[in-house]
Amino acid sequence: MIRYITGRIFQAIPVLLILITVTFFMLRFVPGGPFTAEKAITPEVLRNLEAHYGMDKPLLNQYLSYMGNLLFHGDFGPSFKYSNRTVNEIIAQKLPVSLELGAWSLAVALFLGLSLGILASLKPNSWLDYIPSTISMVGICLPTFVLGPLLVLFCSIKMGWFNASGWFDPIDRVLPALTLGGYYAAYIARLTRGGMREVLSQDFIRTARAKGASETRVILKHSLKGGLLPVVSFLGPAVAGIISGSFVIETIFQVPGLGREFVNSAFNRDYTLVLGTVILYATLIIVFNLLVDIVQVWLNPKLKFE
Amino acid sequence: MRFLYSLSIILFFSVFITGCKNRTTNVEAGIRDQILHLGNGTEPQDLDPHTVTGVPEHHILMALFEGLVTPDPVDLHPVPGVAKNWDISEDGLLYTFHLNKNAKWSNGDPVTAEDFRLSYKRMLTPSLASEYAYMLHYVVGAKEYNLGELTDFNQVGFRAIDPHTFQVTLKQPTPFFLNLLVHPSWWPVHIPTVEKFGGLERKGTQWTRPENLVGNGPFTLKEWKFSQKIIVEKSPTYWDRDQVKLHQIHFYPIESQETEERMFRSGQLHKTNEIPLSKIDVYRRDHPELLHIDPYLGIYFYRINTTIPPLDKPKVRRALALAIDRDSLVTNVLKGGQQSALSFTPPNTAGYIPKAQLKGGSDEARKLLAEAGYPNGEGFPTVELLYNTSESHKIIAEVIQEMWSTNLNIQAELVNQEWKVYLDSQDTLSFQICRAGWIADYVDPHVFLEIFVTDGGNNDTGWSNQEYDSLLEEALAQSDQAKRYEVYQRMEKILMDELPIIPIYVYTRPYLLHPSVKGHYPTKLDNHPYKYIYLEADSSE
Repeated sequence: MIRYITGRIFQAIPVLLILITVTFFMLRFVPGGPFTAEKAITPEVLRNLEAHYGMDKPLLNQYLSYMGNLLFHGDFGPSFKYSNRTVNEIIAQKLPVSLELGAWSLAVALFLGLSLGILASLKPNSWLDYIPSTISMVGICLPTFVLGPLLVLFCSIKMGWFNASGWFDPIDRVLPALTLGGYYAAYIARLTRGGMREVLSQDFIRTARAKGASETRVILKHSLKGGLLPVVSFLGPAVAGIISGSFVIETIFQVPGLGREFVNSAFNRDYTLVLGTVILYATLIIVFNLLVDIVQVWLNPKLKFE
Repeated sequence: MRFLYSLSIILFFSVFITGCKNRTTNVEAGIRDQILHLGNGTEPQDLDPHTVTGVPEHHILMALFEGLVTPDPVDLHPVPGVAKNWDISEDGLLYTFHLNKNAKWSNGDPVTAEDFRLSYKRMLTPSLASEYAYMLHYVVGAKEYNLGELTDFNQVGFRAIDPHTFQVTLKQPTPFFLNLLVHPSWWPVHIPTVEKFGGLERKGTQWTRPENLVGNGPFTLKEWKFSQKIIVEKSPTYWDRDQVKLHQIHFYPIESQETEERMFRSGQLHKTNEIPLSKIDVYRRDHPELLHIDPYLGIYFYRINTTIPPLDKPKVRRALALAIDRDSLVTNVLKGGQQSALSFTPPNTAGYIPKAQLKGGSDEARKLLAEAGYPNGEGFPTVELLYNTSESHKIIAEVIQEMWSTNLNIQAELVNQEWKVYLDSQDTLSFQICRAGWIADYVDPHVFLEIFVTDGGNNDTGWSNQEYDSLLEEALAQSDQAKRYEVYQRMEKILMDELPIIPIYVYTRPYLLHPSVKGHYPTKLDNHPYKYIYLEADSSE
């Protein structure tokens, strides 16, 4: 297993290097730069600004010095847009917020998704199946940018239970986590139901029931592990998505997470911040996919590390 | 299983019960404690008055710093700031400012003439690369020093005569000079603080962090929660502290107008930065007392690339300009109280009312197009109309496309580009017609008319007119207001005859404001000096 993991890590390194290189050069060939503004700046000021950020040197030199700082010092450089902050600092401030939002959302997604999914699988084609399945179908179809404002409209503006937006008190976590988690819960519910249905129809479940095992035991002990397989393979990209793809949620709820920077930095041509977030998310996706593969082997005895 | 469910139900309700605890909203608590909650657009780049360029930054800096003069809350005319009064020489070239001896930095240091001199030196230092340094170029030697042609700052027209007397020598009379001084590029910074954190010539240093920043404005920086909010608190050292009634101001960087509107509705904000277009009608109908539409000194217009046929013909450009029914656009599409623009400088900019106006309707437009060789639009190539990707620009472009098609029988193709790509296209003249906007930094017609000087950085039309260029110089040299405005009238006339641009409408600034906010007046630059603002529960409520 150790060999497998080290092997995967060694595979990831060239992937990351290629990604950084491609992103670095692609950014520079996009029209407009960090200093392009509606009120044009004079050529003299532009030259001085470029000198300040080391952009007066040939592109290849800039690339080498960026890579040097990154690899040897872990330094992502200064942000172009937020001139008194470094990219490291921005990530250090915003990543924990994204992780926290992600954790709450994941908790909501798993709790709601698994409960609904299991419930639906118990008595297929009965009301106990139709209701949770309908809820999850609606959840899948309802985009977060609709669900979010709806929740705000009811819970904050009408009932006054929560702030409409912001990330100040613990209670401010509720609506964003419900919105983001709700969306993934819907998928998880569908996947759980499918997975459970498949396992519940197998011979060993009949054996367990014949043995006299209680229904709770049949479900929790015998079927859940196998029934969750499709959920687990979905979770890898989903977790990366929950953490990085929360742009919409962060905008609707004013959450100071990294998802917004991931998108806005590209619009601002904040070269260093784009690279920083790209590298971070790429690493996250690689790590989560690896974790998922490990968990899958653990859950499914038919698989082995190779 | 059952245990899990009961647990979840308990959790769910406990969350609701904590939520239900008779919550006081920001707005209510704010009225009680004099804390103003403001929506403020985007997260500021920095809080250094010499290096930032954006409007959200300006809104915060207004609380933290103060220049020689400050804007009046009602009409923004310059009133005493750090300078308690000033003398202007006969020829209008020498300004002597007498500084208020009570003016202090937030650490207790007095604000001196030398602070101003060194601040302006910093502003003009080439390696600081300040984008607004040109605001100081009206001073003798300033431009040369800024471009690195002059290295001795003593030759630049700033003199600290004594700690409380500061002199500025201008190149030309520049009658709007005092109006310039309300712009952040003219505000002082605390030299020892800036020096302590990396020096005067470096941008983006740590001196603007809350624990370090020393300012001289009515408020001090208390907290900066990145991407969440900025809190400023009443300064105990500010010279006019008795006038300041607010205890704190909280600035929220909210990029989404919809989010901001919901925050306002749930009582989190006293004032929004903007309001979604789609909500204007709703508020006008249901809550007219909350909706404010202020005049805003800015113009929405189309730039024409005058270097390519057939747009190089003034008659063609005039036909395009006349074929637009601005009143219909403003009343049926924009609905935000905007004014049709028939000249480039918005009417009544510091008392200047442009006489040269676009006259004539679609009949005149058709006639002109025929005279230019395209009767009934025949043979006229499809023109490309470029705008930056945005729903509102798109709607306007579609309406104008339709008007050109109906009135002139010519076809326009709409092209949209992402913001920076669009700016790049505009800058490199890679367009035929493109949408543009210009917001004034200070109240004077000069702000608008200087744009179209030959090869000006913001000209972006390829248009050039020698008479226009020399008139601009003449205006700067003219110290008599009426005579100067006469020169601007002549420039406006040239601009309206040649039309390298198509004026469309004069901006307004719609936003939502809670009735408890007092001392807040509609001003043309969206500047609302905070020292005059206070909160008072509405008696009618």
